[in-house]
Amino acid sequence: MELLNLNIPTWSDLGHWIPEAVLVGAFLAGLLGDLIVRGRRPWVPFAISVIGLVTAGSYAVAAMLHADPTAHSIMGRLVVVDGLATFFRLIFIFTGLVTVLFAWTSEEIMGRWRENKGEFYVLTTLMTLAMCVMAEARDLLMLFLSMEGVGLVSYVMAGYMRSTLRSTEASLKYVVFGAVSSAIMLYGLSLLYGMTGSLTFTGIRAGLMAHQPDPFGLLIAAVLILVGMSYKIAAVPFHYWAPDVYEGAPTPVSALFSVGPKAAGFALMIRFFYTVLASGNDPATGSTLIADFNWPLLVAVMSAATMIYANLVALRQTNVKRLLAYSSISHVGYILMGFVLLTGQGLQAVLFYLLVYTFMNLGAFFFVVAVNNHLKSEELEDYVGLGFRAPWAAAMMVVFLSSLAGVPPFAGFVGKLYIFTAVMDRQWFWLVIVAGVNSVIGLYYYYKVVKAMWLTRPAEGADTSPLKLHWLQYTVLGVLTVPTLVLGVYFGQFKALADQAIRLLSTGM
Amino acid sequence: MNVGLPHFLTVGAILFALGLFAVMSRRNAIGILMGVELMLNASNINFVAFSRYVEHAVDGQIMAAFVIVLAAAEAAVALAIVLAMYRNFGTANADVVQSLKR
Repeated sequence: MELLNLNIPTWSDLGHWIPEAVLVGAFLAGLLGDLIVRGRRPWVPFAISVIGLVTAGSYAVAAMLHADPTAHSIMGRLVVVDGLATFFRLIFIFTGLVTVLFAWTSEEIMGRWRENKGEFYVLTTLMTLAMCVMAEARDLLMLFLSMEGVGLVSYVMAGYMRSTLRSTEASLKYVVFGAVSSAIMLYGLSLLYGMTGSLTFTGIRAGLMAHQPDPFGLLIAAVLILVGMSYKIAAVPFHYWAPDVYEGAPTPVSALFSVGPKAAGFALMIRFFYTVLASGNDPATGSTLIADFNWPLLVAVMSAATMIYANLVALRQTNVKRLLAYSSISHVGYILMGFVLLTGQGLQAVLFYLLVYTFMNLGAFFFVVAVNNHLKSEELEDYVGLGFRAPWAAAMMVVFLSSLAGVPPFAGFVGKLYIFTAVMDRQWFWLVIVAGVNSVIGLYYYYKVVKAMWLTRPAEGADTSPLKLHWLQYTVLGVLTVPTLVLGVYFGQFKALADQAIRLLSTGM
Repeated sequence: MNVGLPHFLTVGAILFALGLFAVMSRRNAIGILMGVELMLNASNINFVAFSRYVEHAVDGQIMAAFVIVLAAAEAAVALAIVLAMYRNFGTANADVVQSLKR
């Protein structure tokens, strides 16, 4: 980013950024619309967000199918649109859209006594935009801005039910931990800038390759940066905020948090670590470390710790929302395994797993939303007999939980299979063994929920009246169930999309 | 005495350490946020110093300007949340807020 020959964006540049431009428009229009109706008609911002997200989504799908082999730089060298960004923004826009649709039926968001309902939809649109930019950042400035953008919106959304203790506490914990970890990361970024004199990822790599940096300084900088990023994806030991925030925030918001910022964090980590601290993107030989700092081993240890800790703690959870929070932390551990391999195969497995994880995890959280509307509770003991009170929804929940547990023939199994194969190919046997043991532990707590819903007999005098779910809830749950089932048997096409995204990952320029 | 890069970096490092200490030792949520501001400004000093002595360009200064703006935005959001917390819990002490399951 030299000031004199700054690449002024032209319209042809912005042509590759239409989804983001549409999201900006939808955000501003939604904000304005909510002001015009003075927050009394929440359907106005709702409709604007849905239209904006659908439009942005169609452009994103078109870009995906077009499979442009060249990467496009937008706004000078700040943002790049390549295969990775194209893949991830589909995940983000899909997540944003289903969250908006499901929130419309959620009592926690739309309850009669709730104020400022429309703002939720405006904020979700803004968050989708910030997540897209996170996957596209290729400059330390944009990296920090986009991460803070996602962070600031999520602090507000976690505290959406601001008159309740739980929600306020969630948002306080989120903002304190988030602010501290991003400040720590920024210090690491400043050290990295000092060592290389450049803010762009490729410039930093060139600087590191030109003169071997002080290993101790690089270690400190990289570890500080890793703190900020692993906070975003909630990896042990920087996960401590996640269970409290997921439990306290409104459930549709927890669903969004457990998928969106996490996937965005992974996109950013892939681009940052594979551009700055590794070079080459050859599918055959993989990437090589460029500096004398073995970050894959460090991250692999974190991955193992994440899996072990999250699964063991999840075993004794009695609150379904908190159980799902620990489950989503444990999945970070599985995904990190693919991240440390320095091979294209590993990254492709990561992307495919994230795609599958989006469907199954959103589904499981949305079921909790639907149940919470009626029972006003997320405790496991209140889930007893749900299988007979809401049979269709509970059946879909079984699909999501089985997929999360990695049981064949569901999508989660295929995702795990790809990751485990990639890890085996690089001969990280101890990591595979840890992951295998943890998958078995996972089975226990996922099926604890299934058992409560279908097999446990309700207590005498318990309410067994059927639950009536909104048609929109059935639609969204169905939309999430279909890929969770289909991707378990017919995954070639979708795996090809993930492969293409990594093939078109631009680490040069 | 010539003031050079090490002097700036030392000030930055001390500021960062003080900020981190404030974050870890303060009970009051506003005190924690003030510690965060110190940490952000420590990085700003680094960025500006590096841009003067290492890069000889203005990238680092641009970065620092953006960080200042973001710190202000973050303070606005965080103070609003602390206000909501004070209304609900009747205190601004972060360690009192323990309504969620451990």
